[in-house]
Amino acid sequence: MDVVSIRDFSIEQIEHILDVAEKMVPIARGDEKSDLLEGKMLGSLFYEPSTRTRLSFEAAMMRLGGKTLGFDEPKGSSVAKGETLADTIRMVDAYSDVIVLRHPQEGAARLAGHFAENPVVNAGDGAGQHPTQTLLDLFTIRKETKRIEGNHVVIVGDLKYGRTVHSLSEALSMFGAKLTFVAPPSLQMPKEHIRHIESRGIKPSISSSLEEVVKDADVLYVTRIQKERFPDAAEYQKVAGAYKVNMEMLKDVKKDMIIMHPLPRVTEVDPEVDGTEHAKYFEQAFNGVPVRMALLALVLGGVQ
Amino acid sequence: MKEFKVTPIRNGTVIDHIDVGMALKVLRIIGVDASVNYTVSVLMHVPSKKGGWKDIVKIEDRELDPSELDKIALVSSNATINIIRDYNVAEKFVVEVPDRVKGIMKCSNPGCITSRNEPVEPEFIVESKKPIALKCVYCDRLTTNVAENLI
Repeated sequence: MDVVSIRDFSIEQIEHILDVAEKMVPIARGDEKSDLLEGKMLGSLFYEPSTRTRLSFEAAMMRLGGKTLGFDEPKGSSVAKGETLADTIRMVDAYSDVIVLRHPQEGAARLAGHFAENPVVNAGDGAGQHPTQTLLDLFTIRKETKRIEGNHVVIVGDLKYGRTVHSLSEALSMFGAKLTFVAPPSLQMPKEHIRHIESRGIKPSISSSLEEVVKDADVLYVTRIQKERFPDAAEYQKVAGAYKVNMEMLKDVKKDMIIMHPLPRVTEVDPEVDGTEHAKYFEQAFNGVPVRMALLALVLGGVQ
Repeated sequence: MKEFKVTPIRNGTVIDHIDVGMALKVLRIIGVDASVNYTVSVLMHVPSKKGGWKDIVKIEDRELDPSELDKIALVSSNATINIIRDYNVAEKFVVEVPDRVKGIMKCSNPGCITSRNEPVEPEFIVESKKPIALKCVYCDRLTTNVAENLI
């Protein structure tokens, strides 16, 4: 099966993936060895740069005894000569057992799935879907807070353009989490996503002040506000300053509230926060490995 | 004697009650171009008995396939089809929006993979028939203006 969009999964399937990922943690850490995917080949096609996603997929495959081939930029490959994605996919499909694809065009993974016989895993397609990020976010929330349902998740940052927060909020609404979206009005969650969430029976709160809502949060999910979204630098500074997570912001929060961030961060989470019990973003980055191990093992039939 | 701008046809298909201004889009959807070997009359901006204005297309000596004609509903949901045999209306039906649409329009998302040179035809699932909303099977984006995105 292909892994293209988080919308393709039921709650039961997601929970199963997270259960399998849980079992992968000791192998991901290198404490245990595994030959589950020995003899299997991962075709890793990155048409756009990505550090975390690519490396964690490759680590996941190799920790399970498999091998990887592919490219991390299209320059120098047949892609640069004008080959269609469909042809590249058919070729790599013949050389490997599973394809991981990051592509700047939306819908690229769905198209790849149509041309490949072997499973295709979407590692991000333009402004579209990034389902493995959503799975590792859900894994982190479940692992750190012992539940997903009933959590109050405050999502702050660029909610308009951030694909991570679109998929995550849709998935959280499936699980029945309480959602609050914090962003300046120009970067708030698009209406079609809010409608989608409401269709699951969840009414998200909308706010422009992080200070007001952070005290009640169980999970604070922070994303980067990109400078290029703003016409002038002064406006950017004002907005970036208003959503900065620092010790001052954290003085009245719940003791066991966790802070997540898909990384890379710029200034939105102050490094002074890194040492607190709240900071879970580096654990979150590590969790990409066991979650991707679980997915690869499941789509390749290494586990049921 | 009554004066006709366009005379009735003896045999063929009349597409009536086309939303005003949409006649040429309708021809595009049903694939009428210079290569056809039958006569096509197009009437644009004619008064409608139901009030307001409409367009009409008359195709002589050709009975078009109803399933083909349903695509017309994407740009003109009130259009009616009359199959004419020996000057009489032999069959009459209203077009209906199909459940899936393939090959007649492109995705409105310029970032969609189907906008690139890939060997696939854009394909859509009809999410809503009134107002019309089509979801791209590749990128999930909704397109509501079909007329602007015809191939």
